[in-house]
Amino acid sequence: MDKVVIDWAVYAELRDRTGAEFVAELVDTFLEEGPGMLAELRGARADGNPERFRRAAHSLKTNGNTFGALKLAALARALELKGLDPEYRDEAALAALEAEYARAAVELKTLRNG
Amino acid sequence: MAEDSARLLIVDDNKVNRLLLSRSVELLGHRIALAENGRIALDKLRKEPFDLLLLDIEMPELDGFAVLEQLKVDPKLRDVPVIVTSSVEGLDNIIRCIELGAEDYLPKPVNQVLLKARIGAGLEKKRLRDQQKALVQRFATSEVAEDLLQSGFALGGKRVHASVMFSDIRDFTALVESQGPEETIELLNTYYTLMFDAIGSHGGVVNQMIGDGLMALFGAPHPLDACAVSAVTAALEMFELIRQLNLDRSAAKKPPIRIGVGIATGDVVAGYTGTQQRATYTCIGDPVNLAARLETHTKVAGCGLLIDDATQCALNGSVPTQALGEVPFKGKGAVVDIFAVVAGQPA
Repeated sequence: MDKVVIDWAVYAELRDRTGAEFVAELVDTFLEEGPGMLAELRGARADGNPERFRRAAHSLKTNGNTFGALKLAALARALELKGLDPEYRDEAALAALEAEYARAAVELKTLRNG
Repeated sequence: MAEDSARLLIVDDNKVNRLLLSRSVELLGHRIALAENGRIALDKLRKEPFDLLLLDIEMPELDGFAVLEQLKVDPKLRDVPVIVTSSVEGLDNIIRCIELGAEDYLPKPVNQVLLKARIGAGLEKKRLRDQQKALVQRFATSEVAEDLLQSGFALGGKRVHASVMFSDIRDFTALVESQGPEETIELLNTYYTLMFDAIGSHGGVVNQMIGDGLMALFGAPHPLDACAVSAVTAALEMFELIRQLNLDRSAAKKPPIRIGVGIATGDVVAGYTGTQQRATYTCIGDPVNLAARLETHTKVAGCGLLIDDATQCALNGSVPTQALGEVPFKGKGAVVDIFAVVAGQPA
């Protein structure tokens, strides 16, 4: 658990490459879409739909890596790989991902305005 | 530079990914269109041309693998280069993309320098492929070009049932001597345009042009139901187009042109003959020789369109013909029953 919430180097590279204005728009989009992806994870788990579960985790992983939210990406990747494996259907993993998303969202908002 | 005007289709179900890829591609100076899943992507690809596809794998409705599979079997789309951009897990999935025809695989988040290099390489490959295709089509019929691109080149042929047509312009030498060469070239181009149109619209392909003469095949390289009927119908249309052309010529105070056509039907061997370096798609067999002789014989018989008995039988009375009896042809062992198509006679 020693990973930072947002890897600044990754974020800075993204901003320098695509422009501060664009990254602000991209962060906003992620913050709009994020809750839906988390809800999709919960919904897919409740429905026992491994395809949807994997896709939602995959999306969160990709977006996490894009912004340098490396811990979020790692937690999402674990869910993507394990999928709906019965041994891994524990509440803790999902809750940890949701908590990490909340932390990443706060930090991204700060970075976006900074 | 060809790259400047490239149009790319970005396929990704995730909005952040779509936005970021769009920005990255636009920064490289290309134009983009977006699709949210594989089904929408295929719809767009079938409606409008794209130079390159950036394709995600994990998508609802139709995923990237299914898109690659469908592109591969679509002759119109299989040459569009595809770069897979994904963070899909597992080396086997990446290998699967490449095996399904993807040019390359770029992991997300996509590195801008790599993206630029891959898009550049993909577009260059497409440009060369387009050039090659255009070249093949200029020197071969589109059917032969398609056959070549699909099955590759191999000398040798296969036996098919086909109708062979020979056609040429009567008294062409006198015509050439009476006018300037520029006018002759112009006349030939008009003539060929009309003949290609008539032949092509009935499923035939022109496989040889020699001066004012042409040879056309009905039933090769692609099989054709009722090849004899198609050949005769095409010939009648050729006569009609020549009649119309002569109206224009007459108005321009130019002499009319007349054509003679011979058609024979039967088994031929169609394929590539020549050498590995230079070859031509052609047909070999009795009907080829016979059709050529019938065309020449139109001058003797004073008819426009002559057909052999196999073609006449296949018409099944649908087109009125007149039996001209048996004719001994040079090089043929036996005499041949020939028929004049009534509607193809000079007025």
